[in-house]
Amino acid sequence: MQKKRDALPDRGAVIGCLAAFAVLAMLGGVLNPHLISLLTIVFLFTFIGQSWSIMLGLGGQLSIGHALFVGIGAYSVAVLNIRYGLSPWFGLVVGMALAAIVGATLAWLSFRFEVRGIYFALLTIAAAEFARVVFSGWEFVGAMEGLFFPAHSGPNSFWMLRGDARFYYFVSLAAVLLGVSATALIRQSFLGYVWRAMRDDEDASRALGVRTFLHKILVVSFSGAWAAIGGGLLALVQGSVFPDSIMGMGISVDILVGPIVGGLGTAFGPLIGTLITLPLDHLASAIGNKFGIPGLNNVGYGLVLIAAVWLLPDGIWPAIVNSAKSITRFSWFGNLQMEQVKK
Amino acid sequence: MTDLLELDGVSRRFGGLLAVDNVSFRLKGEGITALVGPNGAGKTTCFNLIAGALPPTQGSIRFRGEIVTGFPAEDICRIGIGRTFQVVRPMRDMTVLENVMIGAFSWTRKVSEARDAAREALDMVGLGPKADAAISKLTLPDRKMLETAKALSTRPRLLLLDEVMAGLRPPEAAAVVAVLRRLAERGLSILLVEHVMRIVMEAAEHVIVLHHGAKIAEGTPRYIVSHPEVVAGYLGEGFRA
Repeated sequence: MQKKRDALPDRGAVIGCLAAFAVLAMLGGVLNPHLISLLTIVFLFTFIGQSWSIMLGLGGQLSIGHALFVGIGAYSVAVLNIRYGLSPWFGLVVGMALAAIVGATLAWLSFRFEVRGIYFALLTIAAAEFARVVFSGWEFVGAMEGLFFPAHSGPNSFWMLRGDARFYYFVSLAAVLLGVSATALIRQSFLGYVWRAMRDDEDASRALGVRTFLHKILVVSFSGAWAAIGGGLLALVQGSVFPDSIMGMGISVDILVGPIVGGLGTAFGPLIGTLITLPLDHLASAIGNKFGIPGLNNVGYGLVLIAAVWLLPDGIWPAIVNSAKSITRFSWFGNLQMEQVKK
Repeated sequence: MTDLLELDGVSRRFGGLLAVDNVSFRLKGEGITALVGPNGAGKTTCFNLIAGALPPTQGSIRFRGEIVTGFPAEDICRIGIGRTFQVVRPMRDMTVLENVMIGAFSWTRKVSEARDAAREALDMVGLGPKADAAISKLTLPDRKMLETAKALSTRPRLLLLDEVMAGLRPPEAAAVVAVLRRLAERGLSILLVEHVMRIVMEAAEHVIVLHHGAKIAEGTPRYIVSHPEVVAGYLGEGFRA
């Protein structure tokens, strides 16, 4: 039944995936500006969520401080662009490199001293909060006042990554497509196998020759670099960076809700999950503001999370795949889905 | 010729307990050797010392003439010592084939190569037809053989098997012995930890007996069962008859 799971994605999977993205791309041409900017944020959080989902869903390492990497990426782009006039592309590359180094260092320190599991997660929170406090007092990066990108006028520029809302819609959509492809490719590479084995049973994989210490550092570093790209794009879209909004706990939590609801470690889970949770968050927030109930969005988050974990513990995407498989035997869905992630 | 494996005065202490006490032995390059002894004799600890799961407190371990004492488990695997776990430990979210592929990734990064090697390892233990099954569908004997296939896919020179026949019914155990014989014929050296003496007599050419952490006898199965200390300490008087 699942014979092809380890095969390369067949033509059907690729066509299905491209069709979905073609629809999203066409929507970018017709939707109103409000929805465009909402979906842009959804895509960026999907992209960052994909990085988080790789780290936990495949590598088995839980981060609740991913805002650290998002912030590093955002500040790299902002500082190099605003202070030195360099193209954000440089900022993205520098941010990736810095986040990879910070991630590797954090992981090395932690795993070197056998800090694992939930204690590692606590360490990621501490690191993110530490960075937030440092950036809040650091004049060079704008401290609490933050940094603002100059207002953009004129034609869209791919080189300077500046443009109107629709421009960023397509940039973010391209990022998500990249993320889906990268997740699918990694899963089918030796890294995907080795990481899943390490996630399931560390000692048993070591006995099979898996250098788990190295791979744990690698997956954290890789995920950090990926999240930094998302952070850099997020900074450009928002037009400004502040320590509290780009490196705060809120960001770390926003990142992980989508992948959990959608399906951890899967290629499409983060997209499906974020498409559902983030607009819901905005809606609840709007309703809360209208009726003077601040924090209603957080209640909404809580309810959605409880419902998702209760009804679909493996996430929405695996549930869709399984039902599609049993009804129509669309075996190609199986290639892009990932098996259930055990808690 | 240097021996494949050489333990020299190896000891392991857990607090006040000397689990392995000054054990020395050598393994030649081929055949099936059994490490036997009553429960708590230090068999599994000794096994874990060789496999790198634990460092010895004292003594040295050489593999193909090189000192490997205290090497971590993944390096021990990569130099050619494959192991199984007494309690089977499959990756439950992976298929049988995928489980076995992990071992092959210790020497290749090509997924297709790993897949081929995994199929080969599964065929060797007779699990070929169940390659695409989910782990939850496997019976206990199948799971034991899966463990063996996983270790085999790392392309070991020496295979350490921790009670692969425990809990199996006699015909199932006989099938496992046949598989092990076949592997040994292909030039693999196998070290078997086992406490069912009847199986050991049938499978092994060479037997090492541990008691209270120390080696008390070593030799052919026929010699071992007539060894007075072994009979007194482990087999019991009844076995002599």
